[in-house]
Amino acid sequence: MAEEEIKVDMELDLKGLLCPLPMVRVSQNISKVPVGGVIKATATDPGALADIPSWARTTGNEVVKTERDGKNLIFFVKRIK
Amino acid sequence: MAEEKKKKLSMIVFSGDMDKLFAAFIVASGAAAANMDVTMFFTFWGLKALKKNVNTGKGLLGRMMGLINGGDITKANPSKYGFGGMGRWMFKKMMKDKNVSSLEEMRQLCIDLGVKMYGCQMSMDVMEIPKEAMIDTAEEPVGVGFFIEQSQQSETTLFI
Repeated sequence: MAEEEIKVDMELDLKGLLCPLPMVRVSQNISKVPVGGVIKATATDPGALADIPSWARTTGNEVVKTERDGKNLIFFVKRIK
Repeated sequence: MAEEKKKKLSMIVFSGDMDKLFAAFIVASGAAAANMDVTMFFTFWGLKALKKNVNTGKGLLGRMMGLINGGDITKANPSKYGFGGMGRWMFKKMMKDKNVSSLEEMRQLCIDLGVKMYGCQMSMDVMEIPKEAMIDTAEEPVGVGFFIEQSQQSETTLFI
C-alpha cells in the first residue's frame, strides 16, 4: 500500500521555542482546525519529542506521524475531538 | 457527548525566587495546555510574582520590608548565585541567549491560558501589600479555606 498523504489544515513554525512553548502553541491552535484536521508543527526543541505526544495523550488527540529533518522535528497532530 | 469534567491542578507558590517561579509557571502553563483548570495561590515571598513595581508598606517596618523586598517580578533573584543582583542578570542573559521566555512572559502566557492567580490575604496584610499593589490580572485575594476547597477538587496539588 502506498504511503498515505496526510492532509494538513494548519502549519505551525515552532523552531527555536523551548519548553513549554512548542506544546502550548499546539494546544492553543488545535481548536482552530476541524475535528479530524491535522496541524503540522515544526519544532527544534528535543524536549518536544516527549512533550507533544504526552500532551496528545492527556488531551485525547493523536500524533499521527513524527518526522526528523536535520534539526527540525515535524509533528503531525490530529484533532480527535 | 457530554462535556468531560476538567481535571484540576492547585499550586501554592510560597517562594519568590526567580528559578522557583519559573518552575511554577512552566508547570502551570503545561497543565493548562493539557486542558486542566489551574489555580495558583501566591503567599508570602511568592506575592512578589503578582506585585506591581510600586512601594508598599504603611508603618515603618512595612515600608522597610517594601524596600528590602521591593520591586515586581522582574526583580526576583535566583535561589542560588544571587551575588547581589549579578546572578539575576546572569540568568536573564543566559535564558535570553537560549530564547527562553522571561518570567513576565511566562506569567502572561499562563493568564492567556486561563490560569487563575490569587494572592493570600493574610500574607498581604502582614507584609502591608494592599490589593491595589497587585497586577490587574490577579484575582481578588483569598485565604487558606479557599485554597483547601480548590485543592480538594484537584487531582494534583503542589507547593513551590
